Amino acid sequence: MGIASEALKNFKGFNLKNLPDVEPLSPGHRACQGCGEVLALRLAMKAIGTNVVVCSATGCMEIITTPFPQTAWRVPWIHVAFENAAAVVAGVESAYKVLNRKGIIKQPDTVFVAYGGDGATADIGIQALSGAMERGHNFLYMCFDNEAYMNTGIQRSSSTPYGAMTTTSPPGKMSIGQSTWKKDLPSIAVAHNIPYVATASPAYPVDLMNKAKKAVMVPGPAYLHIYSPCPTGWRCGIDESIEVAKLAVQSKVFPLYEVIDGVYYLSRKVAKPKAVADYFKPQRRFRHLTEADIKKIQERVDADYEALLKKCVEPEKKEKEIKGTEMSVRLDGA
Amino acid sequence: MSKRVGVEVSIACADAVGLCDVDVVAAYPITPQTHIVEHLSELVAEGHLDAEFVPVESEHSAMSACIGSAAAGARTFTSTSSQGYALMSEICYIASSLRLPMVMAVANRAISAPISIWNDHADLMFARDVGWIQLIGEYGQEVVDLIPIAFRIGEDKRVLLPVQVNLDGFTLSHVIEPIIMPEKAEIQKFLPPYKPQLRLDPENPVTMGPVGMPEVYTEARKAQDEALNNSKAVIQEVFDEFGKQFGRQYKLVETYKTEDAETIIFSMGSISQTAMSAVDHMRSQGKKVGVVRLRVFRPFPAKELFDAIKGAKNLVILDRVTAFNGGEISAPVALEIKSVLFDRKHHPKVGNFLVGLGGRDVTVQNFEEMVEKVAAAKDGELGPYQFINVRE
Repeated sequence: MGIASEALKNFKGFNLKNLPDVEPLSPGHRACQGCGEVLALRLAMKAIGTNVVVCSATGCMEIITTPFPQTAWRVPWIHVAFENAAAVVAGVESAYKVLNRKGIIKQPDTVFVAYGGDGATADIGIQALSGAMERGHNFLYMCFDNEAYMNTGIQRSSSTPYGAMTTTSPPGKMSIGQSTWKKDLPSIAVAHNIPYVATASPAYPVDLMNKAKKAVMVPGPAYLHIYSPCPTGWRCGIDESIEVAKLAVQSKVFPLYEVIDGVYYLSRKVAKPKAVADYFKPQRRFRHLTEADIKKIQERVDADYEALLKKCVEPEKKEKEIKGTEMSVRLDGA
Repeated sequence: MSKRVGVEVSIACADAVGLCDVDVVAAYPITPQTHIVEHLSELVAEGHLDAEFVPVESEHSAMSACIGSAAAGARTFTSTSSQGYALMSEICYIASSLRLPMVMAVANRAISAPISIWNDHADLMFARDVGWIQLIGEYGQEVVDLIPIAFRIGEDKRVLLPVQVNLDGFTLSHVIEPIIMPEKAEIQKFLPPYKPQLRLDPENPVTMGPVGMPEVYTEARKAQDEALNNSKAVIQEVFDEFGKQFGRQYKLVETYKTEDAETIIFSMGSISQTAMSAVDHMRSQGKKVGVVRLRVFRPFPAKELFDAIKGAKNLVILDRVTAFNGGEISAPVALEIKSVLFDRKHHPKVGNFLVGLGGRDVTVQNFEEMVEKVAAAKDGELGPYQFINVRE
């Protein structure tokens, strides 16, 4: 049994009856209306609890929660710069390790979390993240993927999906919009042979919370890639975040899965997938795309999903091996 | 009582870090800093030092991990040089603004291009405005002593700033010198265990590194500015305490044969030893020459410096960095000294010489040439700066 499976063998998942009351990230922050990212961050923090140190990259979640002298954080939190949250958390974790060993502090159960947006993770911070994962620090990194640099005004990142309009990938006579396919960050994390990698979405809150909890229970590095709808940047309604997030999963654009000790498990099988066109419809960032463009994207989504399915073990086997995962799927309903 | 033994300065520097019971070392290798971090990782590997050695993937992450470590309440050390400093510099600004004590040894090296692994002060000068305290060692014993001194200064609650200990790459870092390594018990007496004012602690949550809107940014910067200004008195106080305990007394500004000097050479780092040899030689010829050097470049000890140089008619000011300022003003060290002189309405003849760039030797003859140039120059002849020992 791998180290993650071992650590999770007695995992008891959250369900709608035992959700934790704690709110490490308090209300009153300054996120945009309908922000899916802050919702996902709040859910993850509820699951992680209060015995934590949080390291934030520069980005929306940093600026909206800490306009001095106010803070929305009820747990210790540090922001240093854009590209280095994973290196900062490595320093924090190392300090706790040695201070506990020397008996200077007695906090052996504190967990360490770093987070950043997709720009902070896929682009400018990927080196720091890769280094921290390779060195095996005991931490969780959460990437809140809203598929562009939203904090600076919707510029493209390497996590922006093909065809999407951003302010630096504008569609035009010579441009389809984003001209490259989305960087596959979870696979990059998996390639580091870390014990736990998962994707999650605020549209499936219990699943998200279970994954965040598991990620901090596993010793060593864990990576969570969290779909984070951004009505401001995606040009959808502020009341449509969760709907769009559901459509992303149902259209196979953003599949939910876990990779535990290198073994892939699908969290939610999409039995009757919706069309990518249905997912695009509420979002004006895709409205310039032609039918031919969308067909091309649909083919890519289908192929990627098939490739993922091939990597995943059978659900029955998963249930036997990993308690809790299946429960989160069942309790999410729909 | 400790014995004086021959040891490479980098190794002695690392041993001194070990004596300080450092908790976390996060570092990335770069010539000529490597021997320092190699020896620290050895100390950890052999169990001589109970610390976490974090072999990060870049200097940028080295400084980032140091910030995380210091913010979590650990005594923290790193070391770098040149390009490595340049890469981590973004984060160095934040270490000082977050008021996190840590110590970094900088084995001073030229900055590219052309790429050069050899010594000058391009990194030291580059780093002068990042808000750190900058100490400069001249010889091995001083480097060793400055390490516990640096921790003690930075951790003082009146200061709470990161501290650099500069040592010239190769010409100091790689030479074997006779050094007295202090006893561990003595260092523990001098440097009490680190008690952070605030730390990232779930039992007492704090938010570090928040957004500063225009309403608070200036106040935050002023508070940081005052901390560095106030550190000068603490530095001298710590030097005095060290002197009392170990018998080696340091000052912000060191002077050599300056009492009656007509010409004073101003230098920093290991080159000052050559300057003193040149002074001895010139004194034997009846020339009234002396040397002043700074041990502390930030905070800049203007008063102490002025007291040391005010009697001289001629100043020879060495800059070990290219200025790139258009050629109508002096290079950085001379600019700062000229500012001290201007504020005090004092106008000696000043020659500013760019020397020892990228590992070029500076000889006793070069010092004599510089002294002669300034002594012989008429008003206005010296210009803002000039290169010495350079092919046209």
